[in-house]
Amino acid sequence: MALNRRIAYVDLSAGSVEVRDVPLELRRKYLGGRGMDAYLLYNHVEPGTDPLGPDNALVLSAGLLSGTPAPAGARCQISAKSPLTGLLGSANMGGFFGPELRYAGFDHIVIQGRAEKPVYLWVHNGSVEIRDADHLWGGDAVQTQTRLREELGDPDVKVACIGVAGENQVRFACVRTGIKNAAGRTGMGAVMGSKNLKAVAVRGTLPIRLADPEGALGYLEELVDYIQSSKYAEIMGKWGTLFIFDVTNSTGLIRTRNFQSNQMPHSEDLECEAMDRYTMGMAACFGCTMHCRHKYVLPEGRFRGQYGEGPEYTSQGAFGTEVGAASMLGVLEANQLVNLHGLDTLEVGSMIGWAMELHEKGLLPAELVGDLDLRWGNLDAVIRLIDDIAHRRGLGDVLAEGPKGAIERLGPETAYYNIHVKGMSNLHSDERPTPSLALNIATSTRGADHLRSRPAIDLYHLPPKVLERIYGKPGLSDDYRVYEGKPWMVVWQERLYALVDALGVCKFQSVFLSPNMPKAEEYARVLRLVTGLEFTPEELMEIGERVTTLERLFNLREGATRADDDLPERYFTEPTPEGLPAVRGKCIDRDRFEAMLDEYYDLHGWDREGRPTPETLARLGLDAEPTRLV
Amino acid sequence: MKILAVDEKRCTGCRLCELVCSVRHEGAADPARARIQIVKWEEEGVYLPMACRQCEDAPCAAVCPVNAIGRDPELGRVTTDHDLCIGCRACVSACPFGVLGFHEDRGKTFRCDLCHGDPTCVKFCETRALRYEEGDRVVAGRRRAAAARFRQAVAE
Ligand code: SF4
Ligand code: SF4
Repeated sequence: MALNRRIAYVDLSAGSVEVRDVPLELRRKYLGGRGMDAYLLYNHVEPGTDPLGPDNALVLSAGLLSGTPAPAGARCQISAKSPLTGLLGSANMGGFFGPELRYAGFDHIVIQGRAEKPVYLWVHNGSVEIRDADHLWGGDAVQTQTRLREELGDPDVKVACIGVAGENQVRFACVRTGIKNAAGRTGMGAVMGSKNLKAVAVRGTLPIRLADPEGALGYLEELVDYIQSSKYAEIMGKWGTLFIFDVTNSTGLIRTRNFQSNQMPHSEDLECEAMDRYTMGMAACFGCTMHCRHKYVLPEGRFRGQYGEGPEYTSQGAFGTEVGAASMLGVLEANQLVNLHGLDTLEVGSMIGWAMELHEKGLLPAELVGDLDLRWGNLDAVIRLIDDIAHRRGLGDVLAEGPKGAIERLGPETAYYNIHVKGMSNLHSDERPTPSLALNIATSTRGADHLRSRPAIDLYHLPPKVLERIYGKPGLSDDYRVYEGKPWMVVWQERLYALVDALGVCKFQSVFLSPNMPKAEEYARVLRLVTGLEFTPEELMEIGERVTTLERLFNLREGATRADDDLPERYFTEPTPEGLPAVRGKCIDRDRFEAMLDEYYDLHGWDREGRPTPETLARLGLDAEPTRLV
Repeated sequence: MKILAVDEKRCTGCRLCELVCSVRHEGAADPARARIQIVKWEEEGVYLPMACRQCEDAPCAAVCPVNAIGRDPELGRVTTDHDLCIGCRACVSACPFGVLGFHEDRGKTFRCDLCHGDPTCVKFCETRALRYEEGDRVVAGRRRAAAARFRQAVAE
């Protein structure tokens, strides 16, 4: 059964494990993945908890469709209170870990306490063991997985682990699985490191029974055809997310040299075609027909002969435009290093880009810079800083604190130049010309973020009729520059993505980068055939709303206010210098932004301070939280 | 005769074939009991789909002490008569490819049955790493690909 997976509570201080069932009521309200993560976090992390202390809970949750043949049912959510933002920490990863966790009999692992010495968890067909990991400490994030497979004597063991960055509690260390998959954002690797937990190894052979196997196969064949017949699937299958660079750079929507420009000239060597020289084919996550990940062996340079996977658009920005460099080889090298160290590629690029601008403006103390040459485009400095951040050396140690901590160390005059929201850096995109995307990064529950409410298709000039069909509201504009109507698009996407993350399917196979992808209607049918749970599409979107609202409650309980739903000051003060006429010379208008924010709160049933009203909480069944049902 | 042809270079390692195979045969997402399985060298990005090769002179049949394993000439597949099978696993050990599975709960073996002439894995394999084709066409395709490489080498 897709619903009989269990939850394991691991107390690393006591060295104990307790296994419990998940009440059906919670499944119906939160499904799994990010939904259950929100519930478990709200119920098991007291407000004011030190994110790097033993009381923080690290929650790993497979989605409710992970491990089933639902399209790209590969995903797993990892959550904790974030050491980067002090608010909700939550990151999602693909690969093969989530499905394997379910085959091992579990949907959720809640890890609390702190082990005295390094340990790893061995999760296998219904059992969880805490094992010694002294011999693994210090290992990189790929080596660690290989060693565990050897030690456990099974090449099919799947591992989620940290590299040295997590061990050193770099506040944006990620959790890694496979060659490049990562629960990248909000510092979940640092939380793992703080618990002395090097890895979670899983392997299982327990079947997940389907409610209607033949019906599921019939419908899924149709659905895969629908997904694969789109032009977008073809592009993703050939280039992966690298194609986005060509679009955003030619338009002028890419963050360049920290925030000094929105376009980078002479950047052919960053365009997706530049990957032709390196790629040896594509790899896919579990159950995915789209296969968006490049496989490569570096033919030259610092890591000559090494095998790697990726990179994503994120790394093109982080180690390309952001630091003023235009070299695909450089991107691949940096990608390689962050993956081995277990660092969030996006946060790393942002922090280095910021340091370069500070250096240019004379705001970095000379003794911190030392012999580093922080001029734009110097990839030697970038590579060295990645290493220094992971090992917490010199300037790297300061940057390892993330935006908030580093600003504190470097002084308030540096704050203006850091492009973050709630303490988390933004993607290397420039949202000044696009109010909908600006509202998205300002309001996402985990800080500046493009994966939790971005109406990316707002950029496509889709006819209003198509927009109405998707968003279910008439009168939406096909112009990405206007402010009107955008809050609803953000709210709708927020619900859809929360749903997708709770199901454990891939966002790339939902309405995100293409309008012709599955949404609640399709998922409702898949859920019925696979799990037997009946939901209307509206009910599923309401689950998305419930999940985001509970995440909101978590943040409010930690002291977040309306003031945290804001943009970096530069969005309001510095107009975009480059790009197509439609995007050049654009800033976000403060008053209209605030009006969007009001409307965004209204649409949720929150007051003007962004607090859900009692009626809203009652409507969503959140008025009694924390209920501690499990 | 059609065969399940594997072009491992096209395989992305997604394992959807394992999943849909197990759903068809077991009613469950159950890769451990899928009739096709992807063997991976993850650190090198190499993935190889493995399934019963429906051997002409099948070692599994040769070792079966109760003659439970036979050939279905129509589909060109090797079959096990589970009424005769005593669950001794001699065939499992004899298979040189390790693609015969054993169902602990049922005490019976399982292997690819070509979905009775319409393999489910093939339908879902988007990259066409798996195909169900006439055996001679599979080789003809390889021959042509090799010839093309040869031709190019000669031209250079
Ligand atoms: S479905 Fe095709 S691409 Fe995916 S693992 Fe199987 S053979 Fe490889
Ligand atoms: S099970 Fe093995 S030995 Fe028997 S026919 Fe198939 S591949 Fe040949």
